[in-house]
Amino acid sequence: MEALVASAIGMMTAAGVYLMLRQRTFPVIVGLTLLTYAVNVFLFTSGRLATNVPAIYGEGAPGYADPLPQALVLTAIVISFGMTAVIVMMALGAFLEAGHDKVDMNDDDTPANGGQK
Amino acid sequence: MSLALIAALPFLGALLPGLMIRAGKNACALVTGSVTALALLMLGLNAPAVLRGEVVQTRIEWIPSLGLNANFFLDGLGLLFAGLILGIGLLIILYARFYLAKSDPMGQFYTYLMLFQGAMVGIVLSDNILLLLVFWELTSLSSFLLIGYWKHLPEGRQGARMALTVTGGGGLAMIAGMLILGNIAGSYDLSVILQNKEAIQASDWYLPALILILLGCFTKSAQFPFHFWLPHAMAAPTPVSAYLHSATMVKAGLFLMARMWPVLSGTPEWFYIVATTGLITMVMAAKIALFKDDLKALLAFSTVSHLGLITMLLGFGTAEAATVAVFHIINHATFKAALFMSAGIVDHEAHTRDLKRLGGLRTLMPITFTIVTIASLSMAGIPPLNGFLSKELMLEEAAHTAWMANPWLIGVLATIGALFSVAYSFRFIAHAFLGPVRSDYPAKPHDPGFGLWAAPALLACLVILIGLFPMLTAAWLVNAAASAVTGAPVAVKITHWHGLYAPALWMSLAAIGGGLMALGLHPRLMALWTATPRPEAKRIFDGLMEPFATLAGRIANGLHDGALTRYIAIGTLAIAAVCYYAFDTGTHAIGTRDLMPVPPVPALGWLSLVLATLAIVIFHRNRLLTLVLVGIVGLMVSVGFAYFSAPDLALTQISVEVATIILMLLALNFLPKATPVESAPLRRTWDGAIAVIAGVGIAALAYALMTRDPAFQAISDFHITNSKPGGGGTNIVNVILVDFRGYDTFGEIIVLGIAALVIFALTEALLRAGPANDRLLAWKPDQRRAGDRHPMMLVVATRVILPIALMVGFFIFLRGHNEPGGGFIAGLIVAIALVMQYMASGFAWTAARQKVDYHALIACGVLIAAATGIGAWFNGLPFLTSAFGYFTIWPLEEFELATALLFDIGVFLTVLGAVMLALASLSRIGLRAGETVNTQPFDIDPSEGRTLNSEEAR
Repeated sequence: MEALVASAIGMMTAAGVYLMLRQRTFPVIVGLTLLTYAVNVFLFTSGRLATNVPAIYGEGAPGYADPLPQALVLTAIVISFGMTAVIVMMALGAFLEAGHDKVDMNDDDTPANGGQK
Repeated sequence: MSLALIAALPFLGALLPGLMIRAGKNACALVTGSVTALALLMLGLNAPAVLRGEVVQTRIEWIPSLGLNANFFLDGLGLLFAGLILGIGLLIILYARFYLAKSDPMGQFYTYLMLFQGAMVGIVLSDNILLLLVFWELTSLSSFLLIGYWKHLPEGRQGARMALTVTGGGGLAMIAGMLILGNIAGSYDLSVILQNKEAIQASDWYLPALILILLGCFTKSAQFPFHFWLPHAMAAPTPVSAYLHSATMVKAGLFLMARMWPVLSGTPEWFYIVATTGLITMVMAAKIALFKDDLKALLAFSTVSHLGLITMLLGFGTAEAATVAVFHIINHATFKAALFMSAGIVDHEAHTRDLKRLGGLRTLMPITFTIVTIASLSMAGIPPLNGFLSKELMLEEAAHTAWMANPWLIGVLATIGALFSVAYSFRFIAHAFLGPVRSDYPAKPHDPGFGLWAAPALLACLVILIGLFPMLTAAWLVNAAASAVTGAPVAVKITHWHGLYAPALWMSLAAIGGGLMALGLHPRLMALWTATPRPEAKRIFDGLMEPFATLAGRIANGLHDGALTRYIAIGTLAIAAVCYYAFDTGTHAIGTRDLMPVPPVPALGWLSLVLATLAIVIFHRNRLLTLVLVGIVGLMVSVGFAYFSAPDLALTQISVEVATIILMLLALNFLPKATPVESAPLRRTWDGAIAVIAGVGIAALAYALMTRDPAFQAISDFHITNSKPGGGGTNIVNVILVDFRGYDTFGEIIVLGIAALVIFALTEALLRAGPANDRLLAWKPDQRRAGDRHPMMLVVATRVILPIALMVGFFIFLRGHNEPGGGFIAGLIVAIALVMQYMASGFAWTAARQKVDYHALIACGVLIAAATGIGAWFNGLPFLTSAFGYFTIWPLEEFELATALLFDIGVFLTVLGAVMLALASLSRIGLRAGETVNTQPFDIDPSEGRTLNSEEAR
């Protein structure tokens, strides 16, 4: 099982990184989303895998999964939603302002003299 | 506690002006002033103890392992300086209220000013030198903002940069010096260091430490040869100049020399470096001041000269000279602040401060003339004003100090400095105010309103009072401060008359006579001055800086060429390389933890996740399909969470998934629907290789982690044990969120709220007139529209679902403390229920029926969470400690009420508000792009057989 989870994390990371290396905003956002999944699952696995032992008190519960990574990942999921929403909006704004959705600046956009006065 | 609070108050106050400026300039100035006044009051409450000779201390352990403690102490020297900083700061706030023009952003100004004030107060109250260094650098940074306040002026920006480079560079040297000093003394606490004079002066490292610390002091206090930044800093608004150069910034260097005086002074090295530098600075700057036509430049060089005078006195190394230095610090602050403010008034009213274009203002601006006359005469050292008293004492000390066995050198040079001082002071009065009234002022000068002259007038009164009754008004403060500097009780005796045999009398007379003569000869001297070539400091500085700027530009532009893909590639490879290095150089053994079996259903889940991920990579050019595939991946991740005993995560993930996909769909409506093929096959292979490296690395790391037991005892056991007894809930994850780690959650919802506000602000910016707005107005949908965009079936279904969904949300919220659920998830569920109404009947129809301000929701959420946290204080417990109890209300069962529930309501409201605000912002963009404004809940009403939301409704 561990190998499956690890390989899934690896797949999502690889796909995420590949898409983030594309030159348009939309694939970059999708790539970031995939990377977010990978990171969240990775953090979650730091509590090690366990089935049928939710971190909820119960009579005769055989044990509890590590609740701390779960709590941290829960807030991470919500925060990454906020972050995704912001970059989606930035991508949309950039497209509407510039008329294209390329992520790399071309030579016209780069400050020619390094922002010197 | 109170000392830390005095230092913290200006920083807290820096938050207010930006908010209060909306209530008007008076309210803004009043609030800013009240904060400073409060700090001054608290200082005043500590004053009696300090004047009795006690040292008030506040000790807060910060990072004890690094010797970094937030320790503060207040002795006579600290009291004097903190009083000057806050007192004159208060006057500056008043003056700036009336000085700044309508177009100047006053909120920003006060924010910068308060930051600076806080940093200065921090310096003079710090007991820990590391803390002091932090505040020291903060003054450099905040003065940069203040000097460059008029961002549209190149002189302002260049002056600010020069000040930052010089004082910041000196600060770096000082850090090194202070660390050496701390090492010798074995402690970073000033109170300990000050006890270790013998050890420090006997150390081989004494001279390097001394030179490095003095570099910091000399750059800050504009001593030769670092004096050149100060005149260029005059590009700042006058209130800034008055503040920085009379009582604060440049006095910080003097303060530190005085603070370190007990351990560093008394050696020949100290005498020859400090006294000589001070002497040169005093004479040279006084001479230059005489030839400056710009009133502020004249005052700038005069300031440099007086700083030199004080430095020289500290350099003498005798208790008497140090006492005079302390006295002159007070006097200089009073008359120089008054003069700067008066120069600002002249500039404000006559629209010039060039002495060549002024003159004859005496009758036009009688009040300003009176203030300037008093302050200038004091600066010149004319009896009976306060400047006279300290100058007389200075000359007396100079006359009795020998330099390289030469008994009269210092005395003669000091007299010459005083002579120039007399000359430029009188020139200020004579060339600006005396003489005939002119007809060609750039503006018609007249006295300003009370608000502008009140502050300098008060200072002029002080000049007279201290001058007439020095023993009554100033001696107690001088005694307290000088005792702190010298480490021995000082009882100063200040008199106007030292007798006929005192050399100071004759030196003073010579200075006044010579000064008047120099003023008379001024035109001829000026011609001579213009004819002699001089090194131009700014050109040399710029020449020195140029290669560095070029080099920095080359490095920065080379690394940051604006290509995001390149940054990501470099970053990923760098991380991979570092990780590989760590793996390669360490030892490795296969993990020993038992592996879990793989049942068939989870294996299928894994397969669909992997296939969907692969499909995303292959089909990523079709954006709509990509979103569907992302949905599959997200779904599998949440199912995985559910399988691995994390029901809360599964619920959160799945509801976030829905909200994210809706959001991306809405955005995709305005984005191209396909990604073109742009990169060459080679580039794609290369990117693929990077991606595989990252993926394999992470997978290996995750596998290694999962097959091992934790290296350290996990802290989770604490949470598992205490969740019910301590937090009152059986759902441990939720108790961690709202109780154990409530502080994290509190920060988290604030971040979420900020993210939503950023989205709102971005939308506002896009909808303003500009290319984005033009594009939206000319928007032509690139997809075929559905004929029935608000189908009745969907409308009816969502209406039926709404109360059920709200109830589910409520249920999930309430059970959260004990079962999977909670504020985060409930907020998302309710948000989705509301968004469904938007989807069914359109944004305009829904928004008109649902009058909830999402900003208010976010604000309420954060405030409720904060109020719950603060509530714990009233029980004498730390922030966010939760309380709970069990109640029975007939006929219900016994149930539990916890403050954590209130906190969770805050979380719920913030999440709801943030999600809705983000989605509503996108809908507003849609409306601008010509989305139909639907007046009816659905488009086609079958009972009437016609279209309700016609195109005319647009």
